[in-house]
Amino acid sequence: MAEHNNRLMAARDLQMWFPVRRWGFIPAGAVRAVDGVSFELRRGEAVAVVGESGCGKSTLARTLLAIHTPTGGRITFEGRDMEQFTSREMRWYRRRVGYVQQDPYGALPPFMNVHRILREPLIVNGVRDRQEQEERIRDGLREVRLVPVEDFLDKFPHMLSGGQQQRLVIARAIILNPGLLIADEPVSMLDASVRVEILKLLRRIQDAHNLGVCYITHDLSTVRYFSHRIMVMYAGKLVEKAPVGGLLDDPCHPYTRALLRAIPDPEPENARTYRPVPGGEPPSLMNPPSGCRFHPRCEYAIAGLCEVEEPPHFVPRADHEVACWLFREE
Amino acid sequence: MAENGRLRLKDLYLHYRSQKGPVQAVDGVSLHLERGRAVAVLGESGCGKSSLARAILRLLPRNVEYFGGEVWLDGRNVMELSEEKFRREVRWVRIALVAQAAMNALNPVVRVGKQVAEALRVHRQMTGKQVRRRVRDVFRQLEVPEDFIDSYPFELSGGMRQRAVIAMALAAGPRIVILDEPTSALDLLTQANIMNALKRIKEEQGTSFIFITHDVGTSSELADEVAVMYAGQVVEVGRADRFFPDPLHPYSRKLMASVPRLHGGGGLEFIPGQPPSLVDPPEGCRFMPRCQFSFEKCREAPPLFHTDDGRGVRCWLYEQGCEAGLAAQREPTAAVEPMDDTPPPEDA
Ligand SMILES: Nc1ncnc2c1ncn2[C@@H]1O[C@H](COP(=O)(O)OP(=O)(O)OP(=O)(O)O)[C@@H](O)[C@H]1O
Ligand SMILES: Nc1ncnc2c1ncn2[C@@H]1O[C@H](COP(=O)(O)OP(=O)(O)OP(=O)(O)O)[C@@H](O)[C@H]1O
Ligand SMILES: [Mg+2]
Ligand SMILES: [Mg+2]
Repeated sequence: MAEHNNRLMAARDLQMWFPVRRWGFIPAGAVRAVDGVSFELRRGEAVAVVGESGCGKSTLARTLLAIHTPTGGRITFEGRDMEQFTSREMRWYRRRVGYVQQDPYGALPPFMNVHRILREPLIVNGVRDRQEQEERIRDGLREVRLVPVEDFLDKFPHMLSGGQQQRLVIARAIILNPGLLIADEPVSMLDASVRVEILKLLRRIQDAHNLGVCYITHDLSTVRYFSHRIMVMYAGKLVEKAPVGGLLDDPCHPYTRALLRAIPDPEPENARTYRPVPGGEPPSLMNPPSGCRFHPRCEYAIAGLCEVEEPPHFVPRADHEVACWLFREE
Repeated sequence: MAENGRLRLKDLYLHYRSQKGPVQAVDGVSLHLERGRAVAVLGESGCGKSSLARAILRLLPRNVEYFGGEVWLDGRNVMELSEEKFRREVRWVRIALVAQAAMNALNPVVRVGKQVAEALRVHRQMTGKQVRRRVRDVFRQLEVPEDFIDSYPFELSGGMRQRAVIAMALAAGPRIVILDEPTSALDLLTQANIMNALKRIKEEQGTSFIFITHDVGTSSELADEVAVMYAGQVVEVGRADRFFPDPLHPYSRKLMASVPRLHGGGGLEFIPGQPPSLVDPPEGCRFMPRCQFSFEKCREAPPLFHTDDGRGVRCWLYEQGCEAGLAAQREPTAAVEPMDDTPPPEDA
């Protein structure tokens, strides 16, 4: 169908539950880390997934990467259903999707030098020609601005600064020319200035290769610089999806609003005022609250509704979805 | 001497021994902290922030090459005290520390309430009943539900563990608390809740804080003053309400320009190049190799110049005063602009 020409990836009711066993074998429920997530991603589009620690962002990333096999729902990539992938298609898929994992310090093997680290994925994916390997390694390093290339080829990860390590991780993720990049907290461990440098780099790469990007972060303030759309995740569910501008300037979901209120821009007045944020803790993913998962912390919760029935996605304005009963159409 | 919680650091040094030579982690730092005020210490990773905290509290590793300077607490230079006296009268009692990543260092097999009580018993003569009451009090100040007192660390969320660690620091009622990255590993909502609790403690009990962080946004939640560290030195210090809108030092200005703002975000800048080595820092001004405004004079180490409004800046541009310094930094720089959020078209 013509309207799907540009669709890169889609997830429908995606679910990733981890079984929990007591004493190692007695089934004792499940951690519902991803629980009914649906979204679409177009070619060349950057979408950010934001949410609190433990809400399931990394699990979503690993499920999209086929590291976990989803316990429910489906993923399609370039029109093909992942469940039906042959092992050959799976190898193709792994080449098409680059991954920048959370924690750059754990991501790089300490005993390999830069050259080895970048050569490895080429070998694994059947780039045998030495000449071509060398060219692609050098191009990769140039692309992430680890230049002059000769200075870096022989270095080991511990000889690189945090920002340089992260650039190397990115070079490795894009060396096979993927169509989609999944970047899990690519900048959150870095100093502000280095963070800007890396975001700038990612944006250039994204433009140059018309790359789809799924940018996972808990840092809402960088999202404006890096994404077309935002999806806000709470306790395994997407609670709001919208273009960046619409979401940041006029958020709908009470959780999104609370998040935005919690972020301090550096203003001296902050020290003289208290921040209006809900107390309480993110809920357990084994026994999530009934109805809307945010209702125990929500100041607008409607008694008799929010704790009973899970809200569907309402569309208060074009291209803006929110899972909150406050937006139900009368 | 009255117990005020007034701290003056004068030319504090802490150099570590290393194979390549001394690491100049704290290199002549002077700072003032008044009662009931908070100074935020900002700076990039590795610039010496945690070392400064260690130097103030004399929590030194084995490989110290040089440690010296003056630490005046309520009119007394506590650097002259013996270790025994320092431990009895200063560390944890008057000045406490919430160490970086301390919440991961809680004893996993001891209930958190007990750990806080232990922190207290070591330093104050108190009956069991007084200790229990005090523990309940500090937990309440930090908005930890009372039934958490009997939990083990692994049963608690990161936010609750961090609160327990702060409770341990506050238990003995110190007048000064050093917070080293107290919220960096936490969620936004938890972070905001903890910052609210710290603000309340500062306001209600007049506790002074040294708030160490690389997160400029969060620093503004508590700071009355800001000190910016670069390569072991304080390069700028001054009132927060002057600093945040208008930093002076070229490094501070770039640092502030690299902070994304949620509301009304403009372009973002970054500082090209690498932070310098602390073993072999650049001669003269340590920021010179990365500074777009450097000139001949910068080969000489600049002193701290003072402005009319009581701020200090370690940069030669300010030799002729504040106006001249700012005027010299008008040159525009490349920035990363916010993204146009119209997504690519549905049809290729
Ligand atoms: N392999 C696994 N087995 C069991 N539980 C898991 C597994 N991976 C993740 N979880 C659980 O799933 C939940 C979501 O974890 P996840 O790492 O996806 O969160 P996150 O949003 O990425 O958090 P953070 O911001 O801290 O990285 C957590 O409760 C976690 O303990
Ligand atoms: N015991 C030690 N021996 C030698 N060098 C050390 C020692 N401790 C710290 N350093 C070095 O001193 C410098 C300052 O370290 P410090 O931990 O004070 O930095 P920081 O500003 O707190 O950084 P971060 O923001 O990453 O916590 C770093 O270069 C570090 O590698
Ligand atoms: Mg994660
Ligand atoms: Mg530190």
